Amino acid sequence: MARSSTAKDAQALIQSLRSAYAATPTNLKIIDLYIIFAVSTALIQVVYMALVGSFPFNSFLSGVLSCVGTAVLAVCLRIQVNKENKEFKDLPPERAFADFVLCNLVLHLVIMNFLG
Amino acid sequence: MAAPETSPTPSSLRNAFGHVFSFFILILIGVLAFSIRLFSVIKYESVIHEFDPYFNYRVTQFLTKNGIYDFWNWFDDRTWYPLGRVIGGTVYPGLTLTAGTLWWLLNSLNIPLSVETVCVFTAPIFSAFASWATYLLTKEVKGAGAGLTAAALLAMVPSYISRSVAGSYDNEAVAIFALIFTFYLYIKTLNTGSLFYATLNSIAYFYMVCSWGGYTFIINLIPMHVLLCIVTGRYSSRLYIAYAPLVVLGTLLAALVPVVGFNAVMTSEHFASFLVFIIIHVVALVYYIKGILSPRMFKVAVMLVLSVGLVICCTVVAVLIALVASSPTKGWSGRSLSLLDPTYASKYIPIIASVSEHQPPTWPSYFMDLNILAFLVPAGIVACFLPLSDASSFVILYIVTSVYFSGVMVRLMLVLAPAACIMSGIALSGAFDVLTRSLKFQLPGTSEIFASDAVDTGSESVILNKDGAKEDKSEDSVKERPSKKSKKKEKEKEKEKEKEKEKEKENAGTLSSRSHAGTSSRRPLVLPVEASVIAIFLLVLLVAFYVVHCVWAAAEAYSAPSIVLTSQSPDGLHVFDDFREAYAWLSHNTDVDDKVASWWDYGYQTTAMANRTVIVDNNTWNNTHIATVGTAMSSPEKAAWEIFNSLDVKYVLVVFGGLVGYPSDDINKFLWMVRIGGGVFPHIKEPDYLRDGQYRIDSQATPTMLNCLMYKLSYYRFVETDGKGFDRVRRTEIGKKYFKLTHFEEVFTTHHWMVRIYKLKSPRNRIRGKTKKSKSKSSSTISSKSSRTRKKNPWN
Repeated sequence: MARSSTAKDAQALIQSLRSAYAATPTNLKIIDLYIIFAVSTALIQVVYMALVGSFPFNSFLSGVLSCVGTAVLAVCLRIQVNKENKEFKDLPPERAFADFVLCNLVLHLVIMNFLG
Repeated sequence: MAAPETSPTPSSLRNAFGHVFSFFILILIGVLAFSIRLFSVIKYESVIHEFDPYFNYRVTQFLTKNGIYDFWNWFDDRTWYPLGRVIGGTVYPGLTLTAGTLWWLLNSLNIPLSVETVCVFTAPIFSAFASWATYLLTKEVKGAGAGLTAAALLAMVPSYISRSVAGSYDNEAVAIFALIFTFYLYIKTLNTGSLFYATLNSIAYFYMVCSWGGYTFIINLIPMHVLLCIVTGRYSSRLYIAYAPLVVLGTLLAALVPVVGFNAVMTSEHFASFLVFIIIHVVALVYYIKGILSPRMFKVAVMLVLSVGLVICCTVVAVLIALVASSPTKGWSGRSLSLLDPTYASKYIPIIASVSEHQPPTWPSYFMDLNILAFLVPAGIVACFLPLSDASSFVILYIVTSVYFSGVMVRLMLVLAPAACIMSGIALSGAFDVLTRSLKFQLPGTSEIFASDAVDTGSESVILNKDGAKEDKSEDSVKERPSKKSKKKEKEKEKEKEKEKEKEKENAGTLSSRSHAGTSSRRPLVLPVEASVIAIFLLVLLVAFYVVHCVWAAAEAYSAPSIVLTSQSPDGLHVFDDFREAYAWLSHNTDVDDKVASWWDYGYQTTAMANRTVIVDNNTWNNTHIATVGTAMSSPEKAAWEIFNSLDVKYVLVVFGGLVGYPSDDINKFLWMVRIGGGVFPHIKEPDYLRDGQYRIDSQATPTMLNCLMYKLSYYRFVETDGKGFDRVRRTEIGKKYFKLTHFEEVFTTHHWMVRIYKLKSPRNRIRGKTKKSKSKSSSTISSKSSRTRKKNPWN
């Protein structure tokens, strides 16, 4: 009884989530895809580390943190360009994107340094 | 101080004038911060101070001579003989790189300064930067007026001066600037939500990691603040932008610094940030889903997510705990553990407890180092609470944690000082704001309205009037919600005013002011003219006392280089330059590769000034090695000779203050040598050196004490100075006056006997002399001797 109701709830939840998500603009959806890609890459690396071992630890670390960092920065970008966020009304998306690129540049310069 | 806020009319010209004015004030504050630290150069000379700065100076010299790549790969074979030390990988490079860059820059501009000069003036320059950073930080929290006040206070706070006078070339000199600047950028990011500032923030954090081990304070304080914001329901997407990139970028950047390396992800000082990193993602997701779902569906989602999320969190936490618990020290390094548990160091690590700056501070030292700030801080905290924003909650958290840490270790008073300055700056500028405003309203023109305002009927108009004025004013402040802020500011003013009044009552105690206080405490919006004039006068007096105290502290208390000592006596100024005399003797009269043994305090100075190899130095990385030297110092002459000989030591250096009354000499540090030595070699027992629990060197002292090497080297021939052997530090006559050294010979004693250098007698002569006397017994005695000494000598 309770089980079926939770299942129904979950179904309704997924339904409403899907419908709510369908309303998001395309550019945000692209960013979401990018985030999902980055996170899954990080996960693959972690799994690989668990299987093979973390010997060049700096390589593993830079690999995972590169992915996590990209994902985090993309989340920040998504927050800033989202029209529904009232806090960032006066922040033009171009500026947000420039910041994003700069931050990524710094991140990957550091990672290239650390990879070695 | 509240320059931009004094303009009542909303004119952009006045605003511009205010900006220019505050710019000039800032420049003057920078000049003040720089010049108040020059007392040491004026009163003494332009030298590097104390112990650690000599090492930093030596590293900087190496850096400027050999370049950055050799610096990273530098293996120093002149310390920790025979182990050596990898300098490039064990030093926080921020300070040396900064000074090296500064020197290189000046030289490429054809300003030929010596490396030493650059090193001496690095600290004052950076304290000017630190006061500007304080301005920026406080401006983010409470506006420009508070910022200027806080910057002025920081420029001359004694606690910071004590660490950054010209010549005290230590990590803290640049680290405090880095600390404040990192906090500023964090707050800036939090207020604007700009990714650009987040990047700058992590770079500033990188600089901090480069400069000082205290960076763990940042990486724990910021997560604490984030957690606080989340728990109190102040989560915003700006918080996410301020925190999440900082963790990822900051961790990577910290791992780039060789001395930190993988510690940035492996030790539990950093785990708090990762935990909060996970939490903030969960929270961000929850807020996002809450945004796109209807409330009813959200409830369902909460149920589901909670059940799943809890399981995940529990497993993560369990894994973390298991990881941490599996390491022996629970992943915490000794110094950090002694922060959390103040008794930890004294219980387990005598080497940490033996450093005086790792002791907990006494109450007077709070007043000495912070002066009036100590009691302005509570007012500042109240002022921060009234319009509680993200920024002000951060500052509150900062002061609370730093007060705790300063209570654990004297050295961390330095971290408290900026927080105290910020708080007092907020309090003072708030008080001035109220008082000057109430003056302004009651001066000619508006006074008619307020003449009848002692009664509360007219106070409505006051509010209106003030709100109008306020709105104009808040244009130049950076915050985004002007009306809300001004209302809240008003409340804050009330509090300040009440405080002021109390102060007045205490100080002035006049009837008139008391009656005024009584009337206006009902609706405390505008103070009567007399009261505010008196209050302003008293506040200015208070600040003047602070300035006087700071200048006194800078000139008298904290400027001594401790390498050159002076004493004022009726017949003039005495200068004790014994340390440099001794080091110069060493560098001129001994072989380049000779090894000099001394207690670890003098290791850095010996390598830097005399350029001789030392056994232990102030980088106390190898406890056993230090314990060996401690054992040698507390052993009888013969055993000590064997230990020193096994370490290739040629000369032994002791510091002795008994003749001139220099209290921090080796005899006073001797118990620590016994303790540290006994911690590793159990045949050294502390009670053997104490008579009934008392440490004494007079005729009541124990035979072990009177026969140990340190006693003998310190007091050898001491009786020849005055015929009695009166020790001016311990204020007694020494116990054993006439004795000869068998295994050591005195080679040099400085002018005031402060440094005494002994040479180890070479073994061959001694044995030949002995074998002549007792030819028949020699073989048996030697063998028995060696078997006896084997127990005592750890190197056999």
